[in-house]
Amino acid sequence: MSDASYPEDLLYHPEHDWARLQDGEATFGITWFAQDALGEVVFFEPPKVGVAVTKDEPYTEVESVKAVSDVVAPLSGEVIEVNTALADKPETINDEPYGEGWLVKVKLSDPEEASSLLDAAAYQASLA
Amino acid sequence: MSSYVSATAEDRAEMLATIGVSSIEDLFTDIPAGLRLESVVDGALGIGPGHSEQEVYEELRALAARNVSAEDELSFLGAGMYDHYVPALIDSIIERSEFLTPYTPYQPEISQGGLQAMFEYQTAISELTGLPVSNASVYEGPSAVGAAGYVAKVSNGRSRFVISRGVHPHSRETVRTLARGWGTEVVEAPLRAGATVLPELGDDVSAVIVQQPNFLGAVEDLTGLAAAARDAGALTICACDPLPLALLKSPGECGVDIAVGEGQTLGNRLDFGGPSFGFFAATDALLRRMPGRIAGETRDVDGKRGFVLTLQTREQHIRREKATSNICTSQALNALAGVIYLSWLGRRGIVELTELMLKRTAYARERLTSIDGVSLLHERPVVRELALRLDAPVARVIDRCLAAGVNPGYSLARDYPEHQDGLLVAITERRTRADIDRLADVLGAAVAAERSGVRVPA
Repeated sequence: MSDASYPEDLLYHPEHDWARLQDGEATFGITWFAQDALGEVVFFEPPKVGVAVTKDEPYTEVESVKAVSDVVAPLSGEVIEVNTALADKPETINDEPYGEGWLVKVKLSDPEEASSLLDAAAYQASLA
Repeated sequence: MSSYVSATAEDRAEMLATIGVSSIEDLFTDIPAGLRLESVVDGALGIGPGHSEQEVYEELRALAARNVSAEDELSFLGAGMYDHYVPALIDSIIERSEFLTPYTPYQPEISQGGLQAMFEYQTAISELTGLPVSNASVYEGPSAVGAAGYVAKVSNGRSRFVISRGVHPHSRETVRTLARGWGTEVVEAPLRAGATVLPELGDDVSAVIVQQPNFLGAVEDLTGLAAAARDAGALTICACDPLPLALLKSPGECGVDIAVGEGQTLGNRLDFGGPSFGFFAATDALLRRMPGRIAGETRDVDGKRGFVLTLQTREQHIRREKATSNICTSQALNALAGVIYLSWLGRRGIVELTELMLKRTAYARERLTSIDGVSLLHERPVVRELALRLDAPVARVIDRCLAAGVNPGYSLARDYPEHQDGLLVAITERRTRADIDRLADVLGAAVAAERSGVRVPA
């Protein structure tokens, strides 16, 4: 398992999700804190490409050996890509929560929403 | 004799004084008068004063004597529950206290026997249905159909079920009741010549729900129905009678996604309607949506084979309100009777048993339809049950037969107003050729008497 980290270039949602913004699109994933709390992830069922996700609402689930947990969308938009590689190796979410363990890519419907998300320092402060 | 109340009048007075009320009536003052029974004794409930134990025994015995058991008459009643022989072996095993009394085996270290029984049960159901995963059982057939509907609803999020009119009326009612809560619309597909005719399926159809054989005893073209559902992107749910599966193509092979059914016929007696169990099997894709418990095989730290409850993260004690189901009480004991029964029959025995029913039912079909005024309601293949059409008032014909000690079957008018003249006749292995001949004589006489206007004997 990886060491605790919260990259500076990401935005964070208090429900332990991150977003990486790029040209009106964003990649979503769960934070190191979230994967650590869940324990070994054994199953990830991606949403369908094309479905709408709403900021602060659950859009999918991750299952660990301990629990099945909702994953909350940090921003609103439409799913344009899902990480299909996780079907065979869901534990990538534990190993590289900010890299190969990404969950979905979303075309943002309201990029302004990003202003309400936390930066790395504020998110880390919320964990203390 | 006194009634079984441990507190004396003095005890009661002391308790009332302690809490500061003057009479037991005072405890109920918060309940509006309009909602209270004025007096339980001789009051609105119409219950008289207390009786002694001996008096109660005599009264209940007299009441019980009014029941007619399937053992007391020659019964051809089926319609979902069937009078199969239950070997003594089953009671001798399920009455062992290790099986009779335990609760959910969450602790594998003290529950290996129960868990292994569940695992063996699941294996048997999986083989019968031709589907890879089975749970450890649900309450009974109709709630299994309802639970399957919920799996379809959460797996594809579509808004409509198409349910065949050939599905047991109780199951259709259960699906309707549950679906109303989920906001899923339920539309019925009619039967034509005994078989389900699907309407055009739109992309809002979540699941097509059928039964094999259907309520009228007809073997459906399950492959065709499942293919139509798949083409529309819908799941196929099939309520199956488990014994005919020994001969019919399995639901899995037919393309069914979820096979469920009533387990009573597997080693459980009629018992005045229950308890029994429901079985539930599905494709791998639906594994994580399945309701209830699943026993799994594993290895312990020393590499020895063992059993555990698996995939518990879906269940209510972990997932709370987002659990896949809220099944608490497992029907494990009834399901255990089921797996003992299947083991007792064996792979060859279950085929022989079903072939025997097939032959006897074919004989009954031929014999009964040779009676004047009796014809087939449909021409489709049947296994254990057949639907007849009587050219005489069905209820009165049944009464005449009952008076002769023969229960000829189930009047379809109750659930199918379009089949006022319908009679459903079930033939299990307990009904011999001689019994069928007797039914033919009694039914023939009853139909003839009704047609000639003879009065029912008092």
